[in-house]
Amino acid sequence: MNETMEKQQKANVAIESKGKENRENKTNGAAEGNHVFEVEDLNLWYGSDQALYEINMQVPERQVTAIIGPSGCGKSTFLKTLNRMVEMVPIVKTSGDIKYRGDHIFANNFKQEYLRAKVGMVFQKPNPFPKSVYDNVAYGPRVHGIKDKKTLDQIVEKSLKDAAIWDELKDRLNENAYGLSGGQQQRVCIARALAVEPDVILMDEPTSALDPISTAKVEELVQELKKKYSIIIVTHNMQQAARISDKTAFFLNGELIEFAETDNLFQNPQDKRTEDYITGRFG
Amino acid sequence: MDKGLQTEGKLNVQNMIEKRMQTKTLGQSLEKIVPWFLLLCAIVSVLTTVGILFTLLRESIGFFSEVSIIDFYTGTEWSPWSGSFGVAPLIGGTLLITLIATITAVPLGLMAAIFLSEYASDKARRIIKPILEVLAGIPTVVYGYFALTFVTPIFQAIIPDLGIFNALSGGFVVGVMIIPMVASLSEDAMNSVPNALREGAYGLGATKHEVVFKVVLPAAFSGIVASIVLAISRAIGETMIVTIAAGATPSLTFNPTDSIQTMTAFIVQAATGDTSFGSTIYYSLYAVGITLFIFTLGMNLIAQYISRKFREEY
Repeated sequence: MNETMEKQQKANVAIESKGKENRENKTNGAAEGNHVFEVEDLNLWYGSDQALYEINMQVPERQVTAIIGPSGCGKSTFLKTLNRMVEMVPIVKTSGDIKYRGDHIFANNFKQEYLRAKVGMVFQKPNPFPKSVYDNVAYGPRVHGIKDKKTLDQIVEKSLKDAAIWDELKDRLNENAYGLSGGQQQRVCIARALAVEPDVILMDEPTSALDPISTAKVEELVQELKKKYSIIIVTHNMQQAARISDKTAFFLNGELIEFAETDNLFQNPQDKRTEDYITGRFG
Repeated sequence: MDKGLQTEGKLNVQNMIEKRMQTKTLGQSLEKIVPWFLLLCAIVSVLTTVGILFTLLRESIGFFSEVSIIDFYTGTEWSPWSGSFGVAPLIGGTLLITLIATITAVPLGLMAAIFLSEYASDKARRIIKPILEVLAGIPTVVYGYFALTFVTPIFQAIIPDLGIFNALSGGFVVGVMIIPMVASLSEDAMNSVPNALREGAYGLGATKHEVVFKVVLPAAFSGIVASIVLAISRAIGETMIVTIAAGATPSLTFNPTDSIQTMTAFIVQAATGDTSFGSTIYYSLYAVGITLFIFTLGMNLIAQYISRKFREEY
């Protein structure tokens, strides 16, 4: 067991070294112990269309934060801003600041690859690589320089176990991930994200393409994962947000309307628009 | 009943449809003829292929009754005007040209494809891709003179004892000719890799080149290999460039500075010269032709096999 830990640490060192210089623009890191992300006055434009307006939000550590809101309200855009994936669209412009554990993620010397190794992502549609289950999960560690077969074996096993899919797949590691069911593919994608041992996991409507049984499995998994990871999950399903999250943010037309403890937000919404939305008057 | 629904009135679409169904129109008879006509068009190209193959086989059999098939494929001297019909020098020439062309075209074409698909901005791609495809539209005879009058003098400046006719500049220009084929087909293969896969890799902290080389290229592998094999098959069959630039000296050599002769160049030489109908040389055209056909057919089969076998489904 000890040996596994040691190997895992080595894996982390490989990732850490990639972002070493990022540590230097850290601002009073001690104070932010409880928050993984601090978002200040974030605005975002696609060309000339503004998609996010003056977002201020602090994302807590080791909790599940749900983001709800009607289609097109900017919730997915906001999520992708947190690991800077939103910049894959070339016309995106941002203003304001986001700090990840005290580091300014928009700073010039901040490496996107470092951020994304720390902030993993699970997408709406399962997107395994057209490779074997093993190669899918081992992809991240390999990218970050881990080549030792035994270490990789251990990482793959541990990640698949953490994603609660090891028992189903332990005899099918060499099969192409495309042959799996949608629910299994999505959990392989979660295992792939876990394999680099991120700090935060972003989930963009991870169950919207899944059947109810697979959805239940993923929701159960999220509850397990929050013991170790901070999770931010976008969902259009309010029941899901109520079931699995600790805090909930309600977005509408690119604005953050309300952000509170999930129970409070659903039982005692402070804003009229939040109340209208969660009681089903629109959306 | 919904009061807004108009049930009465002179306009009745169903009546009109029924009326039309009862009368026979030109459209209905066309409906029956069209599939047959289309089938006929398909049969024409199939029949042409069968016809060519039949002619090749029949005339070759005529040739092999005069020259033993074993001598033809094992002989190492090709001088038909003095009666030696060993095809090896022509095959060797073809392979040498193909090898040089492949070495030229695959790296350049593949790099161009990677640039166009993964690195170029939309604007750059819109400008560069059509220009690249213009290369494919240049008549091969122009390429031939380009090789002879432009490329060869440059090579001669580098390699002093290079002759006017040599395999090097012929093969190089054949390579230039097939670059667009490799680049364009490989780019299509890379472009059809879903963006979700790239996002998945970026989401794990992969850098651009890690995404390109470890996700996009493997996913597009079968398409890329198929494009290369098709381009090679094109190089094997290329005629004008090698006829003009590579010489007419059938010699079994793997020295690229030598003058050689390919199978296609021999066919041109023999078909345009004063070869008399019915002579052994006349028939040897068909034997060389069928050998060439087997080579290109083999390459095409390999391309199909590879793209099936190594397909990464997505």
